[in-house]
Amino acid sequence: MELYVEYEGSTLIFRLVGELDEHSAEFVRRKLDNAMSDGNYSAIVFDLARLSFMDSTGIGVIIGRYKTARKLNKNVYVKNPSATVDKIFKMSGLYEIITKIQ
Amino acid sequence: MSIKNTMKLQIEAKSQNESFARSTVAGFFVQINPTLEQVEDLKTAVSEAVTNCIVHAYQGKQQGQIDITCNLHDTHIEVIICDYGKGIPDIKQAMRPFYTTGTEGERSGMGFTVMQAFCDKVDVASQQGKTIITLIKNI
Repeated sequence: MELYVEYEGSTLIFRLVGELDEHSAEFVRRKLDNAMSDGNYSAIVFDLARLSFMDSTGIGVIIGRYKTARKLNKNVYVKNPSATVDKIFKMSGLYEIITKIQ
Repeated sequence: MSIKNTMKLQIEAKSQNESFARSTVAGFFVQINPTLEQVEDLKTAVSEAVTNCIVHAYQGKQQGQIDITCNLHDTHIEVIICDYGKGIPDIKQAMRPFYTTGTEGERSGMGFTVMQAFCDKVDVASQQGKTIITLIKNI
């Protein structure tokens, strides 16, 4: 699992590469929290184009970061999920709190 | 119903084996020509079941035996995931969406819900010292 942190303007972009499961979750959490801690961004986008696998552990990871972002009054978006990851987002209700963008 | 082919895999309950377990099952599944979506669905369901063994049955101790048996039939694959951990006291409650016993925060409680959504049938049998999850995926 790799995670790239980038800015597009004032938007913080997280590009997740590889497989997000119980094994990789702790690394991902730590890296995301570290990048988010300064609050110096207007919104967060999870770009999942190269996330080849995610199970329900990923739901917990994303909801956890969403809660942190909302405390800082920032919106969270997701883009480019695979068909399977998209299904997980739909069934878990994640799209009710996180908007999918193009 | 005749079994066309079978595979058994025994792994230690370490989280680094999750990826190996789901990929191995997926690799075995492809010989009956499932769609890519069916393979991905099964991979996800197997990952949930194996994660449950590691996190709940063996309480994250990173040791304990997990037995995975795959049986290929003409129309479906059956994946049986067995652990010898603490057991699930209340299966009905455990299978409820968002229910979790996880204490250290961020567990989604969606493991069984994902298994049910991504498989055609999920069967759970549990007692103290043994839990068997059976996943059926039709093709």
